Amino acid sequence: MAELGFVIAMSVMTLFWGIIGGVVPWFIPKGPNRGVIVTMLVLTAVCCYLFWLIAILAQLNPLFGPSLSTDTIWYLNYHWP
Amino acid sequence: MCSLLRGEEMCLAQLFLQSGSAYDCINELGELGLVEFRDLNPGVNAFQRKHVNEIKKCEEMERILGKDILIFNIHMCYHHNYYCSYVHYHWVYVCVCSQEQLQRLEVELGEVTRNKEKLQRNLLELTEYTHMLRTTRNFVQRTSEVSYEEFPFLEKDTLMDYSSMQRLGAKLGFISGLIQRTKIEAFERMLWRVCKGYTILSYAEVEEYLEDPDTGEPTKSVVFLISYWGDQIGQKVKKICDCYHCHLYPYPSSNEERTDVVEGLRTRIQDLHTVLHRTDDYLKQVLMKASESVYTWVIQVKKMKAIYFILNLCSFDVTNKCLIAEVWCPVNDIPTLRRALEEGSRKSGATVPSFVNRIPTNDTPPTLIRTNKFTSGFQNIVDAYGVGNYREVNPAPFTIITFPFLFAVMFGDLGHGVIMALFALWMVLYENNRKLKNTRNEIWNTFFEGRYIILMMGLFSIYTGLIYNDCFSKSLNIFGSGWSVKAMFEAKVWKDADIRGNRVLTLDPNVTGVFRGPYPLGIDPIWNLASNRLTFLNSYKMKMSVILGVIHMSFGVILSTYNYLHFRKKHSLYLVFLPELLFLLCLFGYLVFMIFYKWLVFTAKDSRLAPSILIHFINMFLMQGDGVQPLYPGQTGLQVFLVVIAVLSVPVLLLGKPVYLYWLHNGSHRLGMYRGYERVRRNSEEELYLMRAHDMEEGSSHSDLSTSGERQTEEFDFADEFLHQAIHTIEYCLGCVSNTASYLRLWALSLAHAQLSEVLWTMVMRVGLRMDTSLGVFFLVPVFGLFAVLTVSILLVMEGLSAFLHALRLHWVEFQNKFYSGTGVKFCPFSFSLLPSSFEHDGLL
Repeated sequence: MAELGFVIAMSVMTLFWGIIGGVVPWFIPKGPNRGVIVTMLVLTAVCCYLFWLIAILAQLNPLFGPSLSTDTIWYLNYHWP
Repeated sequence: MCSLLRGEEMCLAQLFLQSGSAYDCINELGELGLVEFRDLNPGVNAFQRKHVNEIKKCEEMERILGKDILIFNIHMCYHHNYYCSYVHYHWVYVCVCSQEQLQRLEVELGEVTRNKEKLQRNLLELTEYTHMLRTTRNFVQRTSEVSYEEFPFLEKDTLMDYSSMQRLGAKLGFISGLIQRTKIEAFERMLWRVCKGYTILSYAEVEEYLEDPDTGEPTKSVVFLISYWGDQIGQKVKKICDCYHCHLYPYPSSNEERTDVVEGLRTRIQDLHTVLHRTDDYLKQVLMKASESVYTWVIQVKKMKAIYFILNLCSFDVTNKCLIAEVWCPVNDIPTLRRALEEGSRKSGATVPSFVNRIPTNDTPPTLIRTNKFTSGFQNIVDAYGVGNYREVNPAPFTIITFPFLFAVMFGDLGHGVIMALFALWMVLYENNRKLKNTRNEIWNTFFEGRYIILMMGLFSIYTGLIYNDCFSKSLNIFGSGWSVKAMFEAKVWKDADIRGNRVLTLDPNVTGVFRGPYPLGIDPIWNLASNRLTFLNSYKMKMSVILGVIHMSFGVILSTYNYLHFRKKHSLYLVFLPELLFLLCLFGYLVFMIFYKWLVFTAKDSRLAPSILIHFINMFLMQGDGVQPLYPGQTGLQVFLVVIAVLSVPVLLLGKPVYLYWLHNGSHRLGMYRGYERVRRNSEEELYLMRAHDMEEGSSHSDLSTSGERQTEEFDFADEFLHQAIHTIEYCLGCVSNTASYLRLWALSLAHAQLSEVLWTMVMRVGLRMDTSLGVFFLVPVFGLFAVLTVSILLVMEGLSAFLHALRLHWVEFQNKFYSGTGVKFCPFSFSLLPSSFEHDGLL
């Protein structure tokens, strides 16, 4: 179950930024600004995907858990699934 | 794109301008803003230049027009102000050629002003006459009417010009008029002394002030009536009146005559008032119309001054009939330049057309990078560090994305990002609003110029805020947290007694069901509620900073290959780029690999065995692999291999290029023609041109500091080259370490922002939300106001500026010193739109 969630998230994001960085540049019309727009798209895709990837990989195998106050624990026990 | 990546190709051109059409040709060029003129008379003093007189006249005109605009802006006035402006227009007309409008205006103004003065004098006379009649009626009313009716009236004596009547054989004459109040006593005394009682003077002061036509000042006048006996007395009295500048008016003989005259005067005065009013309106209209043209005249004068300045930079050729100008021009614009010269020649009606000729040069041209309104902001922040060398790679197209991204990493808050993006969006949507564009507030102008930068920063901050899961210091729980508290209870690790007993409990990921997988978009929302939040976040953000830093720097090193390939320095590719890249990747690339490896391989089960990456990294350098558990089999061997490669690449970087160039220069003597050309003075024109063109294209890279384009004068100096390369090697290797650490500011600033945000929430907003009495509702409003003000001023403005500055530093130093030299000169074309305006400085335009 946990694995499935991770796999889904990974593929959705990779596909999304992959389309933005790899597919959309081919559809930009020819003009004086084509080079700049393509550069912007590719760089955006790379930067944003990398940032998301670092965030999810850092949490993939946590070595310790969060320390919660007892009030919070009581509340979460009843309200979170 | 080529232009933004690298800059336009420029060439040096000579313009041959016919003397008569020089002014018009340069006018055309100024309108287009294509070329930059070079000074062909550098040794000449500013005061000895050819057109210095014309420039002085232009400055004089600017001063006068400035004064005029001041007059119009402050008060649209009458009288002498009109006249002064009229004089100025006449002056300007003389200097600014062919202004028919101005001539017509001058004539009109003159006529109207003269007419108006005449009318005003007329009005004054009539008004005085009316006053006199009214006041003298009072004199007559005082005495009885009957007595005067008895005497028969004589005819009006035309010679003496006053009415008289006969009584007892002697004529009784009347003289009436007005005199200034200051003179009335002297007048009375003189009359008494001269006429010795044969006259009777009665006078009364006029209540209202009448305007003196000569001085224009309001003065008080006195109406007088002199009655006398005898002709000779009459003549004396008349002479005295002339002496004292009295205004004399005919005295009516009877009451009916008086009332008739008064009626007539009243109508005439009314008419005159109307006419004067209309004249005033007309004058005002004429001057309003003229004032509209004042601004065009100002611009014309400015253009004239600029054109004469440029003409001063040109030189005459041998025959003295033709002006020569040297310009830097983009190669793609040469046809436009030709057309502009043809247009200028046609406008001035010259028989011989002016033409342009491209000439070879070995000077480095200035750098031109064409930008639009979006890219100009980013190009400005790159240029603030240094304008790129001619045809060097321009970091600006990459900065468009990486700069806002690094800013957002440090700023990362969803709510603040939204506010920033909305502010920038407002500025962008209203960018054509004149009021926003043309204010003189420096700070606002700075923000307005960077509106696209701020928009990008805001949008990226929204994304990083989403990933950091931080919105005004609160987290969003969109997908459901990956941590479950219930599982701890179900697994019987926690019991109810534990909750009552302890204050803080820690979830254990080893227990089944507690950790259900990473949060799909960003940081898990449970960390916002945890007390050991910073322990987790610090580790995450530090590693993120190092990863981003190493990737950014590698990108910079890779960009230098563009330069080497363009300037045809293939040897640099193998001797400089490769060792640099190997050094960086073998050491810090391996560090990044270790970070990812630890994230992927070590789970909660091995948490006690999880190695510290820093210890491993240090051990790698010290070659001590045995103390700690290896991360993976074969780790020691791989690490030794990597360290050896890195260490070997240093001498290659240090010695490779100087040795290779030395060998190239001295090794082969067969290429005598090219290599030894500095000894041969006379070469054919084509060969010299080819050599110079080749040198120009070679240009200079960031490491090749000693051998610049002008190689023909110096020999290859090994010591110099070696020294430069040594400095570069040391800088690069030490820089790798320090720059990687420098990227940790990404972590530091994002931590500071998050903490400030949290403090503001806890100390300000939560205090307001916690009040649960009915008074709390009213208390919340000022609390929210305080929260909003502090958010904008501290978190948006102060933190925003701080993150902006640090992102800028990361770009300027850590990124750009891998490939960018930035020692070029910017191309400043001669363009009328770029002329500075002294009027705008004074706030007049």
